[in-house]
Amino acid sequence: MSSLITKLLVRPRTYRFLLQQRFYAANAGSRENIEKLVQSDKVVVFMKGVPTQPMCGFSNAVVQILRMHGVDSYSSHNVLEDEDLRQGIKEYSEWPTIPQIFFNGEFIGGCDIMLQMHQNGDLVEELEKLGIRSALLDAPQEETKS
Amino acid sequence: MLQVTKTISQASLWRQVRLIKGVVIRHVTMATDRPVETSIRQKLTKTFEPVHLDVINESSMHNVPRGSETHFKVVVISERFDKESLIKRHRLVNDTLKEELEGPVHALSIQAKTPAQWSQNASVSKSPPCLGGMAHEQAQKNQGR
Repeated sequence: MSSLITKLLVRPRTYRFLLQQRFYAANAGSRENIEKLVQSDKVVVFMKGVPTQPMCGFSNAVVQILRMHGVDSYSSHNVLEDEDLRQGIKEYSEWPTIPQIFFNGEFIGGCDIMLQMHQNGDLVEELEKLGIRSALLDAPQEETKS
Repeated sequence: MLQVTKTISQASLWRQVRLIKGVVIRHVTMATDRPVETSIRQKLTKTFEPVHLDVINESSMHNVPRGSETHFKVVVISERFDKESLIKRHRLVNDTLKEELEGPVHALSIQAKTPAQWSQNASVSKSPPCLGGMAHEQAQKNQGR
C-alpha cells in the first residue's frame, strides 16, 4: 500500500525508471540471462558478497582457494543483491546452495567440491584445461603437499 | 538395559512411574526436538544404507537463533558412491534431501565417500567460519526486501 502511494507521488519519469529497474531485476533470474552470465568468462562464481568482502564462510573459502591458485580475474555475482538471481541460479544448475562455480559455462560444484578438488590436485588440472596455470605449480614443493 | 529395569523394579511405585516417564520423555523429545536432523538421518539411511553416517547441526556456528536447524554437515560413507564423480555424489545427496533443502535447511556441507576411501582417509574437512551472511539476510528481510 505504501509503495503504491510512493509511486503515485513520484514524478512519472522516475516511476518509469523504477518500473524498468524492477523489470530488469525480474529478468536477472531468467535462464537466458544466467546462460549469458555463465558463458561470459572462463571462471564465473555466484556467491554471497563480493570477492573483496565475502558474506559467507563457504563463499569465502571458494574465493581463498581461487586466490591460492593465482586466479584473481574472474566474474563474480552477488546473490544477496538480487533475490531473482539467487533463485534463478539454483534452478539453472539444479543445485540448492550458494556458492556455485562455473568453468567455461559448465557447473563444477560448490565449496565442498572445490575444496576436495583443491586437495586432491584435480583443480590444478581443471584450471589448466581453461588455459590458466595454477600459481601452486610455481610454488616451492613443500607448499603443494596438502 | 537389564540393570535399568532391575533398578526401576526395586524402587517404590511412584518412583517407578517417575523413572519410566523420565526415560520415555527423554527419548521422545530427543527425536521431536530435532525434527529436521531426524528426517535427514532417516532419509540418508534409507537411500544409501551407509556404513557410517554423521549428521551434524552446524547452525550454532552461524548467526541464527539458538535451536535452529538451518546449517548441516553430513558425512555419508556408502558403497552407493562407488564409481560416481564428486558432483554426482553430491547431487544424489541433494536429491535425497530435496524437501529439507527447499524448506528449513539453508546450507548443506557434504562429505560423500566410499568405504574404501574412508578407510584410507577418515578425516572430515572443517566447515569455514561464518562471515555474518545470515545476519545480513535477516536485516534485508526486516527491511521488507
